[in-house]
Amino acid sequence: MSKIFKILSFLYFALNSAVLFAQQRFPQPEFDNGHVPPPTQLPFDQGIFMVYLDIFVFVVLLSLITYFILKKRSRRFVFWSTVFSVIYFGFYRHGCVCSIGAIQNVSLALLDKSYILPISVIVFFVLPLFYTLFFGRTFCAGVCLFGSLQDLVIYKPVKVSSWIQKSLGIIPYLYLSLAVLFAATGSDFIICRYDPFIGFFRFSATFGMYVFGVLILVTGIFIARPYCRFLCPYGVLLNWISRISWWHLTISPTDCIQCGLCENTCPVDAIQKPTATVKSEPQEKGTKRLLLFFILIPVFMFASGFICSSLYKPLSMVNLQVRLAQEISDEILTNTKSASQEAITFNASGISVKELFADAAVIQSKIYKGAWIMGALLGLFLATALIRSSIFKYRTIYEPDRGNCLSCGRCYKYCPVDKDRRRKEKAES
Amino acid sequence: MDKKENKKNDSGSKKSMNRRDFIRLGFQAAAFVSIASVSGYLVKKSMDEDLVWQIDPYKCTQCGRCATSCVLNPSAVKCVHIYIMCGYCNLCSGYFVPNVKELNTGAENLLCPTKALKRSYIEKHYYKYDIDRELCIGCAKCVKGCSSFGNGSLHLQIIRDLCKKCNQCSIAKVCPSGAFKQISASKAYLLKSGWKG
Repeated sequence: MSKIFKILSFLYFALNSAVLFAQQRFPQPEFDNGHVPPPTQLPFDQGIFMVYLDIFVFVVLLSLITYFILKKRSRRFVFWSTVFSVIYFGFYRHGCVCSIGAIQNVSLALLDKSYILPISVIVFFVLPLFYTLFFGRTFCAGVCLFGSLQDLVIYKPVKVSSWIQKSLGIIPYLYLSLAVLFAATGSDFIICRYDPFIGFFRFSATFGMYVFGVLILVTGIFIARPYCRFLCPYGVLLNWISRISWWHLTISPTDCIQCGLCENTCPVDAIQKPTATVKSEPQEKGTKRLLLFFILIPVFMFASGFICSSLYKPLSMVNLQVRLAQEISDEILTNTKSASQEAITFNASGISVKELFADAAVIQSKIYKGAWIMGALLGLFLATALIRSSIFKYRTIYEPDRGNCLSCGRCYKYCPVDKDRRRKEKAES
Repeated sequence: MDKKENKKNDSGSKKSMNRRDFIRLGFQAAAFVSIASVSGYLVKKSMDEDLVWQIDPYKCTQCGRCATSCVLNPSAVKCVHIYIMCGYCNLCSGYFVPNVKELNTGAENLLCPTKALKRSYIEKHYYKYDIDRELCIGCAKCVKGCSSFGNGSLHLQIIRDLCKKCNQCSIAKVCPSGAFKQISASKAYLLKSGWKG
């Protein structure tokens, strides 16, 4: 009997001390005056209701703005939608969840089996993609918080020459691939970390981020929507999908009369002029050039994959685990004492150094592979951009460049055909 | 506005489908299928609720970064008190500085830099300790004192109605002990559950 009791009590203490590593040093007293320790009460937030409200507002606003842009051709609604988006998603909901940041959650969920996504993140990520596939980038026009805020400060947009636009247009691709690489390996969420506007909505950010945010807004007065055009990683996806969209905004409601009045109205330089003359070259020459470019695709992919993968060491230093492993190995090599809080905590935790190094090596090899894939994709995008720019497309009318057009609807009121339509509509009513 | 007019503008009122349109349709179908399948996969492993960040009190090493790294100032992390674990001591190691000379509320005797930890008399030798949420900055000085020499009834938690639920918690990013994790919103807190037996 006493043996069983001993075993049981040993088990009890062994199990207990595994879970609760501190001891109860001072047992709770029996109070003479009948005091009972109160339960710990803590506040809850609004909970599940807000999640569904967010989804509801998002779906309704996206559907309404699409209807008003494509069917009603109304610029006014787009303006009020941008104001609403900034107030609701920005100042009321403090900028989280947003579609741009959702890229990271989705890429982590696709590669990490244990990571579970909230339903709101899925809706915010997927729905704009579907809407863009059918209607063009109406999401960018006045639902996206980033786009809305920048749209409100556009005052005197200047024309950006196309070579600057094209070369700065590479940055979003880099940003997207880095964001996916770091998110998928569980290293960091860089889109959220370098979110320039969130500080305005929460009235709290580091000095550097405030400066970055103000800089983008001030630039945005003259160069319309700098974040959307030269940084936004979600814009890369929307750009590609919008090029093949089923419907899209048209500048003129019916037939373009080529008056050219809309030419300078687009703040993001997405209106394409009719081509002046038909350039013709012998078919054989064109086919040869295309063939050469197609052969160049794998060369581009391999070269840029090689460059990116050779950078895997600095890239993997973004991961905390890898950084800690580096610090600990430096410590062992130079025989010095731990300096940083991380190293001190690690040394106190009792986890073996071997385990840490093994973990870090796994992450490093993941980042190495990821960098190869990222580089290859970047090469593919560069090669396709080259091919696209070498194909001559004959155009007789003014039309929006489907990839870059953000469907803001500013061009509507300059089109005389549209003016005619509005006059007729007014007369009817 | 609709498809027909688009086509007319594009390619001179051709009724039958030309090669360009066919390729376009192919791309559209491919894009639709791939977005749909990705969203289907995601929905399969999703949950109805939001995820929120919370501190595992058994992993926390009281480094003090919660007070300085939150996007909010003061931080959304505050100290909470599990009363059922408390010993109600007069000489509380979470309340007084180590080697305290006099057990009174003189500022030089107290650990808490903002006087957020308050005590009230219950009966002889025993005091009840409460946290003033408005004053607490989440520095974990009292938590360190309580878990080093006392019962560990004080610990840090992210207070739900203060937290902004950032996609990437900026404290989690710098937490040296990996104590931050995402839990479902209905759980809300990871409180110590008291002493068994």
